[in-house]
Amino acid sequence: MSTGINWAKYSSPQALYPLAGRLIPWFSVAAVALMGVGLYMGFFVAPTDFQQGESYRIIFVHVPAAWMSMFLYVVMAVWAGIGLGLNARPSFMMAQAIAPTGAMFTFLALLTGAMWGKPTWGAWWVWDARLTSELILLFQYAGVMLLRTSIDDVRRADRSSAVFALVGVVNVPIIYFSVQWWNTLHQGASVSMSTGSKMAATMLTAMLLMTLAFWMYSIAIILSRVRCIMAERESLPAWEEKPVTIQKIAEAR
Amino acid sequence: MQWGSASEFFAMGGYGVYVWTSYVVTALCLGWEVLALWRRRAAARAEHRAMLLGGADETAA
Repeated sequence: MSTGINWAKYSSPQALYPLAGRLIPWFSVAAVALMGVGLYMGFFVAPTDFQQGESYRIIFVHVPAAWMSMFLYVVMAVWAGIGLGLNARPSFMMAQAIAPTGAMFTFLALLTGAMWGKPTWGAWWVWDARLTSELILLFQYAGVMLLRTSIDDVRRADRSSAVFALVGVVNVPIIYFSVQWWNTLHQGASVSMSTGSKMAATMLTAMLLMTLAFWMYSIAIILSRVRCIMAERESLPAWEEKPVTIQKIAEAR
Repeated sequence: MQWGSASEFFAMGGYGVYVWTSYVVTALCLGWEVLALWRRRAAARAEHRAMLLGGADETAA
């Protein structure tokens, strides 16, 4: 049975470019709104933690950033895999567009973690399994991006960085389960799919709102970056320009 | 609400430096990313326009 949506229609850059352009404003507005509500909940509704005092409020940016760092890596690897399997240029472009944002969230997870570690553990950094594997994730993102820039031929760069991204995906479950598999200084999961949440409801709501906000932000950013990549790699499509502009250009000639 | 005053809010129970550094750096990173993309888009667009305008010269040469 046909689903009524012609997916093949959206798999070409010519179709993806304007579609992404139409979606970006919606995701941007959602990101700003969710961030506003999330921050309000986090700073004004969620109570003080009985153990950690106010320092725990870093959680509302630390956990969403850490989740995004892992999630975006998996999404990047999936696009890279589709690209390799189907030899599809738009898939490689999606993978390329995700890497910088993923790297940024990894950096933020590490930085906000240091800001949380100092007052709670007395150390900015410890070489425990969770922190070390997350640092390796940052190097993986850097590797994916550097590999691309170091290869001049675009198609070879696509494939090499895709293989690198795919191989590195094994680190994601290692990061996620590190707090269970090893005895880490980093605390275990406060939210688990099997046992539910150990946090106060308002704290959890604020954290989930911020996570949702980061998702919306990432989608908006990645869509606009993939448009830039398409424009740079395939030269900006003429339909980007308003008819008036094209006419002006034609007259100038 | 747990804050008696604005200064109490900014002090964050003595953890102000850690909490606000986290949030300010995050905000700077997100803001920088948006700005960088804005400029990248503008550059791509300018290049495309230059290409459209310069097309005649290219064929002449």
